[in-house]
Amino acid sequence: MFAQQPPAMSAGPAGAASSHAIQHRVSPYEDNGGTSVAIAGEDYAIIAADTRQSEGYLINSRYAPKAFQLSDSSVVSCCGFYGDATALVTYLKQQMEFYQFNHDKPMPTPALAQLLSITLYRKRFFPYYVHNILAGLDAEGKGCIYNYDPVGSFERYKYQASGSGVALIQPFLDNMVGFKNTSLQDNPPFLPLNKALQLVKDAFTSATERDIYTGDQVEIFIITRDGVRKETYDLKKD
Amino acid sequence: MVRSRCCTNSPSSFRNQYDNDISTFSPHGRLHQIEYALEAVKQGSACVGIKSDRFVVLVALQRQGGELASYQKKVVKLDGHMGISFAGLTSDARVLSNYLRSECMRHKMTFSRPLPTYRASHRYGSRPYGVGFLIAGHDAAGPHLYEFSPAGNCLDYVAHAIGSRAQSARTYLEKHVAEFATSSVADLIRHGLGALRETMPSDKDLTVENVAIAVVGVTENPSDEATIAAFPHMRKEDGFVAFHALSREEVDRHLKAHQQTAGTGAAAAGGDAPAAAAGEAMDTSE
Repeated sequence: MFAQQPPAMSAGPAGAASSHAIQHRVSPYEDNGGTSVAIAGEDYAIIAADTRQSEGYLINSRYAPKAFQLSDSSVVSCCGFYGDATALVTYLKQQMEFYQFNHDKPMPTPALAQLLSITLYRKRFFPYYVHNILAGLDAEGKGCIYNYDPVGSFERYKYQASGSGVALIQPFLDNMVGFKNTSLQDNPPFLPLNKALQLVKDAFTSATERDIYTGDQVEIFIITRDGVRKETYDLKKD
Repeated sequence: MVRSRCCTNSPSSFRNQYDNDISTFSPHGRLHQIEYALEAVKQGSACVGIKSDRFVVLVALQRQGGELASYQKKVVKLDGHMGISFAGLTSDARVLSNYLRSECMRHKMTFSRPLPTYRASHRYGSRPYGVGFLIAGHDAAGPHLYEFSPAGNCLDYVAHAIGSRAQSARTYLEKHVAEFATSSVADLIRHGLGALRETMPSDKDLTVENVAIAVVGVTENPSDEATIAAFPHMRKEDGFVAFHALSREEVDRHLKAHQQTAGTGAAAAGGDAPAAAAGEAMDTSE
């Protein structure tokens, strides 16, 4: 958070060095690290996030969850600055309560996807420093994943990773879930829930090995038409 | 502001000269605008609230705009632990409900705890709101029932009724007040229906369409099987039953139970009376 601009080099007379001005800045943001993965299936959606919170080379907490259940059918993960993540989730939960009051039914995931987008863009000039992934079921009951940038640009995907481990996991998902660069890529087969779950676990254990900001524990949310189930697994703590 | 001087009916009433403004007192020290707002409450269809040691129950009469119209919804949830029923101007009720809902949310965000019932209060615009509320809530201090009137008064009650012909309902409640503290939820509802029935003309009746019932409170034995079956909304860890309006089937069940006790005039006779009897005009003498 606290950065300094080094003084510019100048060929001034010796003894005048102490008069250089140094610009001090306080950044309103911090990168708290962490990784998230989500997969959408035929009738399920899985979204997982690790629980380590870091600041530089320090670990702030071994259990600070980054995936938040918003309703019986929607879970959002927020990787980036933890302060903005919790503020955003509080706001979303309140908006969902209003939706329930005004429409007499719980807010469906596609509606929440649009709401999250406009919420993020409303702070276009002082953004929420988070990468969101929203997971749930669409109107037909099929799994859906939406990936966001910090100012609200979003798109529906079948699988996505985000956070500090994104570069390690996304190619793995491309190959194992999207079957890219395999002989099956034009007709990808149906991926059952248990296989997808195993892939998510493997993705996290692998990312934990190489990414210092990922580890401690992973919380996996499984969303089906019967509701939301949570599973927790330990990861390496180093 | 130019006021037209219209002739008054009696020299002692200054109503027409001093009733244009909420902030103008009459020479008798009255604010007529508020009194007129209270009249608006008395025009609305009745609602009844009763509380016991553990629960608060709201029972309200839903008016129908005409044969072809729907029934006016009378029970509004504000938050998990609090809700209202109202009598008076429906549009004012909607405005205030929305305001109270955001107040509940705002308080939860600021203080990380639900809004205590007594903290919900009127806000004022250019005129008083022409609606009275019965607020039912449950917080750390137990169950609460409050009346909010257009006058801005907030009064704590064990049982109360507001709206059209509410005095008849209050008479019923006063008669039975000793029973309420230890009553079960089903008995509170039965008394609420009994009180509400008093406000209706004898040719009309309580039906599943024109009655709304809501409950909030804490059960005594959350692990008891009968309790779990009776309260599907109950939180199992502590027995808290969030504020909710009863479903059509539940309202129907309570109506039938009430009609049996009202019909026989004695203690509940059990389930022998055929379902067809529930639809007939009832003898309401108690």
